[in-house]
Amino acid sequence: MNSPPLSLGAGQQVMTPSKGVGERKIRRLEMLESVLALGGLVLLRDSVEWEGRSLLKALIKKSALRGEQVHVLGCEVSEEEFREGFDSSINSQLVYHDLFRDPLNWSKTGEALPGGPLGVLRAMCSRTGPGPVTIALDSLSWLLLHLPCTTVCQTLHALSHQDSRPGDSSPVEHVHVLGLLHGELHGPGPMGTLSALARTEVTLSGTRSQASAHILYRRPQQRPTHETHWFSILSDFGVDLQGVSPLKSQPHPDPLTPPVDPTTHLTFNLHLSKKEKEAKDSLTLPFQFSSEKQQALLCRGLGQATSHIFYEPDAYDDLDQEDPDDDLDI
Amino acid sequence: MFPELNNLLNTSPDSVEQGTLTLLCDAGTDGSFLVHHFLSFYLKANCKVCFVALVQSFSHYNVVGQKLGVSLTSARERGQLVFLEGLKSSVDVVLRAEAEPHPLGFLREAGAGNLQPLYEFVREALEPVDCREAAWRSPVLLVDDLSVLLGLGVGAVAVLDFIHYCRATVCCSLQGSIVALVHDSGDAEDEESDVLLNGLSHQSHLILRAEGLATGFCRDVHGQLRILWRRPSPPTAARRDRSLTFQYKIQDKSVSFFARGMSPAVL
Repeated sequence: MNSPPLSLGAGQQVMTPSKGVGERKIRRLEMLESVLALGGLVLLRDSVEWEGRSLLKALIKKSALRGEQVHVLGCEVSEEEFREGFDSSINSQLVYHDLFRDPLNWSKTGEALPGGPLGVLRAMCSRTGPGPVTIALDSLSWLLLHLPCTTVCQTLHALSHQDSRPGDSSPVEHVHVLGLLHGELHGPGPMGTLSALARTEVTLSGTRSQASAHILYRRPQQRPTHETHWFSILSDFGVDLQGVSPLKSQPHPDPLTPPVDPTTHLTFNLHLSKKEKEAKDSLTLPFQFSSEKQQALLCRGLGQATSHIFYEPDAYDDLDQEDPDDDLDI
Repeated sequence: MFPELNNLLNTSPDSVEQGTLTLLCDAGTDGSFLVHHFLSFYLKANCKVCFVALVQSFSHYNVVGQKLGVSLTSARERGQLVFLEGLKSSVDVVLRAEAEPHPLGFLREAGAGNLQPLYEFVREALEPVDCREAAWRSPVLLVDDLSVLLGLGVGAVAVLDFIHYCRATVCCSLQGSIVALVHDSGDAEDEESDVLLNGLSHQSHLILRAEGLATGFCRDVHGQLRILWRRPSPPTAARRDRSLTFQYKIQDKSVSFFARGMSPAVL
């Protein structure tokens, strides 16, 4: 419905007056644009409650409208269901690699993709077509459940860095890899490894009927920045943006675990009150030499003469009559 | 079939939704009333039903079905219902000659590889054979329940693959529906069960989650049911609330639902 405004450059967005519908359109451009801006691997982490496939489709629509070829590796929904909601011009730019119908070759009809999912991805790696390309993986979770994590990561790395291959004639050419990942299905290990590979990481969550996307950008040689968008996906896979939190530059550890204050459960005081400080200052430390100490040392002999040791053996004390050093030949 | 639940889900035997996976999940309570609901619902809706029953015997489901107004025996004779009685056939698998393939053949295998034979059974049961079958409406696969498969030594990924293939065949090719029950053990250490529950949740269109009350047993409120529509497709505006929670009380032949804290016994 809005292909002309979607192709606006970033510079033009700033110039447009931000009011009413105009403002909404600009924001919509910003969110999808900024997610796709860095290229490389974009990780979309969704949950049971907040599914991420609609956002993935919104991003695909965005890429297709920019004239990119879009390859989809579909493992979780049928081709018809995935193409539903896109108009014909977008569908024509979309190549669907169907891994849904027969991923494990149970049907033995010969329709299964040659080489399995990795074969398809490797074929994408060695593609020779010109122009930028977007590769959508629906979903990475399926791949991770069926293949070793290291293999998936190596393939992803090869996919997202193919624009920097030495043989490539056009180094500026961008490759976007969009990976949908179901957060609950994987342990912290694979999740951490994939986040390390990703340049942009989108985590979906929300409250009641409002979805939000927490976006973490990792620009090369810069500190990671993050921001939160509040949005809803329209029926034509446009994004209606309702709000943005300001861009923050301090590294955000992990949106899923709240930051822990290390000073909350200390067994000692970090700070002293005025009274405590006075008490501390008035204390004489053992190594400090003073006149009282000098006196005590000088009158030592007196103290020694008056000291006794009282020893009363216990009833059950095991008194050994033998000399313990008897065997020593002294 | 419980009419009140139909009202909540906005369905009736006359208008059966097609191509959906409904996940029934129970946590800290028994969710089998949902299985009985969907079994009688689809039989009344004149759908061809394949029921993979791994928990109870045929006569148990039949007795409950009769209370809800359907006869499983006659449905099976008519050819509307294909019933895989796990309790009985698991003994057959162990005792019979090795060569014959069996839907539950994984019980014999040491490694408990995949559930392909079970999938083949479902596919053969639901694929329309000739024009005589055309009398039935869309095919339905019902599984009670998938957690039992984990207990039998099948891996969570193998169960997910089984449901994946069933979805590809039943939901997409045949335009039918799948309803499956799974237990939520609530045990964070049970990773397989977690992967199964979450993996299924991500595949499903509608999740019905029956939970016991946090405050413990109650005579008048048996638990609460959470309904979550995962893929309401585009028209989100029409269905603003993607999830609803009700409390329920199971009665002799029906289940009554009410808003939280609105039990007739309390008011």
